[in-house]
Amino acid sequence: MKKTRNQIRDEIAGLMFRGALIGIIAFTAAVAFMVIPRQLGRIWPVETVQTGFRGTGMEVVDFVSDSEALAAANIPPVATSVPIPPEPGEPLARDVYPNSEPLGHLTVRNYDRLVAQMREWVGNDTLFSEEENYATEVARLMIPMTWNINENWDGHVADTAVTCYTCHRGEQVPANVWNIPEPLNDWAGPSAMFQNQARASTYSTTLPVDALQTYLLEDEQLVGVHGYSSRDEDDSSNASIYHTYQTYALMMHFANSLGVNCTYCHNTRSPADPAGYTPQWGTAQLGRIMVQEINNEYILATEPLLPPERLGPLGDVAKVNCTTCHQGATKPLLGQSMVAEWPELISSEPVYE
Amino acid sequence: MPEYQNIFTQVQVRGPAELGVAGGGAELGRTGAGGFSSLLGWIGNAQLGPIYLGSWGLISLVTGIVWFNIVGLSMLASVDYNVAEFIRQLFWLSLEPPAQEYGLSIPPLNDGGLFIIASFFLLISVCTWWIRTYVRATALGMGHHVAWAFAAAIWLFLVLGLIRPIMMGSWSEAVPYGIFPHLDWTTAFSLRYGNLFYNPFHALSITFLYGATMLFAMHGATVLAITRFGGDREIEQIVDRGTAYERGALFWRWTMGFNATAEGIHRWIWWFAILTPITGGIGILLTGTVVDNWYLWAVEHGFAPEYPPMLGADGYTGTGG
Repeated sequence: MKKTRNQIRDEIAGLMFRGALIGIIAFTAAVAFMVIPRQLGRIWPVETVQTGFRGTGMEVVDFVSDSEALAAANIPPVATSVPIPPEPGEPLARDVYPNSEPLGHLTVRNYDRLVAQMREWVGNDTLFSEEENYATEVARLMIPMTWNINENWDGHVADTAVTCYTCHRGEQVPANVWNIPEPLNDWAGPSAMFQNQARASTYSTTLPVDALQTYLLEDEQLVGVHGYSSRDEDDSSNASIYHTYQTYALMMHFANSLGVNCTYCHNTRSPADPAGYTPQWGTAQLGRIMVQEINNEYILATEPLLPPERLGPLGDVAKVNCTTCHQGATKPLLGQSMVAEWPELISSEPVYE
Repeated sequence: MPEYQNIFTQVQVRGPAELGVAGGGAELGRTGAGGFSSLLGWIGNAQLGPIYLGSWGLISLVTGIVWFNIVGLSMLASVDYNVAEFIRQLFWLSLEPPAQEYGLSIPPLNDGGLFIIASFFLLISVCTWWIRTYVRATALGMGHHVAWAFAAAIWLFLVLGLIRPIMMGSWSEAVPYGIFPHLDWTTAFSLRYGNLFYNPFHALSITFLYGATMLFAMHGATVLAITRFGGDREIEQIVDRGTAYERGALFWRWTMGFNATAEGIHRWIWWFAILTPITGGIGILLTGTVVDNWYLWAVEHGFAPEYPPMLGADGYTGTGG
């Protein structure tokens, strides 16, 4: 049947209408594609830091608002005084205050200002007061610990160094500490008694809660779980699946303590491949060994000094982990150093300039 | 006028339950008289039953229930029989395999022993259900394609829970019975053995998995698209010209040059589907037994690229890398 003129005209009009409609939809979609992600980025802006070779997905992504909140939470307090270079013949603290050790070698003027500042940092007015108390006894262990960290662990803390405030932040007991965990259930045997329940310490995964004890207190198990050859005839790794869960839990702790993801330190295609480590991996390694030393040589020594209410469910002292200092920042206090005014905390032999 | 439509079948037939053709094995005994459900009729055939249970089915059902209860009661015990906590933590709870130290010995009940007992019952349950699919197909004079497809899945199940743990010399290598725990096991397994993504059989398995879903989507969509011409009623479609089936075939020949046949598409899908667990099972079986670190294996075989040194968070500035 031959089409009439009108029919052909209608058909062409219909085609044009359809073409126009498709064009409008395509144009709108294209504009939306360009605009919406940009607008979302304006509403919730993110910042990205590249940590590895392009194409490997190695980057750390943060919401700007989170970074700002972190910055606001990490403003170091202004020092209350400045160091006073000792003058010849100036009286020492040990001559005036019988209970001033281990700070007895300081001049009285520097001792007074340091003790005043420390009392503020750790929220305790009785520190190094005339009347002996347990907090002072603990401080006598914590001060050499601080010296040790600042003198011998500069590979981890660099020139930034730490003070009492790095952990304490005005509280008598630092907010982020951990205790030896009780089994999560009374039923399961050792194979599974520490895992498979949602807990804050494992960030609501099923991973075991005994990982910190294994890696930050004891030193009997390697963190790495792979074998170091493709076909491992020598069994260079005999790591069990449970061991792997523990390592995974430790890595979750590292990442959450520092507010980063795996790719801050690793190329995740092979977490144990040295060629995929960033320099921060080495810093973290040192940090773990440092924390082991802190816990074993200093923190455990405070256990007999503490009153029962300061002890955990199994009667142990609260211990240090990465969060104790870092508190969600890659560098504690975002790398702002507080030691310029406190040479007394750098070393047992302070250098005054 | 009632319409016959896809997915939601609006016309539901009611009458005496349909029991199948005589002489095709359908006369063999079944339990119950069969009934009808309007709800089921919305998504498929409204007739429910009668079912054939038989000895294999009974064994499968009973052992399956035993496995389910051992796992469930173990989970309940691990929250101290607190039902509220059981519901709250359900996705986290697990019945774990024994620790590595126990090797292949039978550990105490609460330390992996129940896991082994439960696994034994699950093994019986799954295998007798397989026998059931085989025997029922024989009774109906069918081929055994369903049974062999199920066997492919059982192969992967056996590798994960039986063959590989025995080859590794420890039940601790088995997969825990828990929702999140089995997922965390998967991650840990990949981490322990140097990244499963570099395992070529894992790659094959994924290829067949994604391929099967794609083929299934193509086939399902084609059949749905030609039901308006009666394409879902296959009888005469296969031989006649100009039918709904031929339109479906023509569509693909127009679109991509090649078309499968009405029979061949099902072979495509069947092979893709069964090769998913078969290749996956081979990949799992080789892990830790033959290859201990898949990433290093990939480096040795030249398919894991090398990258320049990683400079870390302070190292990369600007947009380059």
